[in-house]
Amino acid sequence: MRVLKYLLQKEFLQIFRNKSMLPIIFVMPILQLCVLSFAATYDMKNTNLYIVDKDLSSHSRELISKFNGSPFFTVKEIGFSVEEAEKEIYKDKIDAILVFNDDFGKSVDLKKGASVQVLINAINASSAGLYNAYISSVIQDYNRKVSASIREVGTGVPVHFVQSSYLHQFNPEMKYIPYMLPGLLVLLVTVIGLFLSAMNVVREKEIGTIEQINVTPIRKSQFLLAKLIPFLIIGFFELGIGLSIAAFLFKIPFLGSVWLVYLVAFVYLIAILGFGLLISTQTNTQQQAMFIAWFFMVIFLLMSGLFTPVESMPEWGQTLNILNPIAYFIKVIRMILLKGSGFFDIVDEIAILTLFAVSVVSIAVNRYRKVA
Amino acid sequence: MNKDVKVIKVKNLCKKFGDFTANNNLSFEVSKGEIFGFLGANGAGKTTAIKILCGLSYPTSGEISVAGFDVYKQREQLKRNIGYMSQKFSLYEDLTVFENIRFYGGIYGLSKEVIHRKADDLLKKLDLQHARNKRISSLPLGWKQKLAFSVAIFHNPEIVFLDEPTGGVDPVTRRQFWDLIYEAARGGITIFVTTHYMDEAEYCDRVSIMVDGKIEALDTPAKLKEDFNAGDMDQVFLALARTATNVE
Ligand SMILES: Nc1ncnc2c1ncn2[C@@H]1O[C@H](COP(=O)(O)OP(=O)(O)O)[C@@H](O)[C@H]1O
Ligand SMILES: [Mg+2]
Repeated sequence: MRVLKYLLQKEFLQIFRNKSMLPIIFVMPILQLCVLSFAATYDMKNTNLYIVDKDLSSHSRELISKFNGSPFFTVKEIGFSVEEAEKEIYKDKIDAILVFNDDFGKSVDLKKGASVQVLINAINASSAGLYNAYISSVIQDYNRKVSASIREVGTGVPVHFVQSSYLHQFNPEMKYIPYMLPGLLVLLVTVIGLFLSAMNVVREKEIGTIEQINVTPIRKSQFLLAKLIPFLIIGFFELGIGLSIAAFLFKIPFLGSVWLVYLVAFVYLIAILGFGLLISTQTNTQQQAMFIAWFFMVIFLLMSGLFTPVESMPEWGQTLNILNPIAYFIKVIRMILLKGSGFFDIVDEIAILTLFAVSVVSIAVNRYRKVA
Repeated sequence: MNKDVKVIKVKNLCKKFGDFTANNNLSFEVSKGEIFGFLGANGAGKTTAIKILCGLSYPTSGEISVAGFDVYKQREQLKRNIGYMSQKFSLYEDLTVFENIRFYGGIYGLSKEVIHRKADDLLKKLDLQHARNKRISSLPLGWKQKLAFSVAIFHNPEIVFLDEPTGGVDPVTRRQFWDLIYEAARGGITIFVTTHYMDEAEYCDRVSIMVDGKIEALDTPAKLKEDFNAGDMDQVFLALARTATNVE
């Protein structure tokens, strides 16, 4: 235990003396969150709608006017034929079609539950998810007013329709930044954690001090633990900055417990840092470590559901995600912050992440060789 | 020196990297308190052997015990009883003099009081009190090396392994460095030192001279000079190098 104290003391001194490290720790999170949040929302300003109104009732007209009034939608055309509307989608002129069948107004009056059919241009799966989300938010707005329940119903039109239960359940206000930001927080702590840890042990190899460590009776687990703990604390700190930016700058309401986010982050970061240390013990130069860290980072990230919904990935991709820690954390942090999920809703994910953490750290300790 | 107690015993040590033999059947013993010089040109295989003796690398074959511990099975106990100053620089450049001493003292389990007391004594002895809170990176090479040596024996090991400790420093500093070595040896620490400066061989109790992975000569400097009919160790070494090239 006392040995660990001396090791930690040394690591902290070195981290805070490293001039290139401090900007990474303090400036990068703020820049990354702000730039990415704004950049990622940019192209979602305008959704072109084609409306097929077979009902022509006052109710359908009122809902249409809601879409007209929203800054996110432009009603391009109102017609009577779904086929005509679909042609426009094929030409890529239209992003989504809303269909009011001729019983819409009557159903609203009878309060028996009316439905609007939504057909979405799903060439870009992630925008499709968003169109769907935006549309359902307008409909819910309208619902609140008429207090008749109008549900979306999808038909079996293959290419165009996206059943995106995911988005609108978790983010009822249908704002894009609240949806993206938790994911970006994950990105942030992952990048910093993975790179700092992957570059660390190998740096001591390059300088030569690792030999001096290996010739002492320090245990491998002590040495790696002393590398892991400072980065865990830095990761927590980054998460804190990120959550504060989310809460105070972007005014995102957190529905769930921030402590729960920290609990998951604890397990998650151990897994990521353990992986970084594993990379570090298996490489000989910082360059090698960097490339390997990038390789896994990019794969995990692209598959994680941060930019593209996991649901729209092919089956094999979704299966591979079983091994993707980033995917779990993104899913869970969205559930906690946007949906208010509690511990028991995410206990499976926590268990899996714990399993990752324990195995990857054991592998790292095992693969670290004090003797060549 | 106590010739009855052998603290390093090496029998038929071989180390191969692929088909290349870096250490070819080395056998020797080192007595307690002895200053043992391990000489050889660059690439002779000195670092390779020293790493095996320190438990940093596995031998390919051979029986080796250091401080009474077997290098295959008892590496961690072995490590408690040795100090090592590697050929690459071994202190943390971004930590201060005192922080380095405290770190190495701490990981060998010395108490805070002992660390502070010994650090004060050490800095006084090296006349480095003014540099206590300076970063290692700001010190001249000679100081760094003296400090690295002192840190390597800070925990009072039985044996200290020094891999080219005086590389690149001026003769005056080298002389001072050897004073430190003598002092440690008087205190009972066995010194195993590699060098390719032949004048330093004169300071050792015994030297082995390695050529291309083999020990070609092993004795006191005086005896070697007599055997090779040489005026100094440089000539001994040249004579050996000549036989080596003749063989090939
Ligand atoms: N890890 C290694 N893999 C392959 N060859 C090595 C390795 N380490 C050392 N060698 C080779 O072994 C020989 C002896 O090296 P070394 O022990 O460092 O010599 P010295 O310390 O006497 O200068 C050199 O030819 C070197 O290239
Ligand atoms: Mg060498």
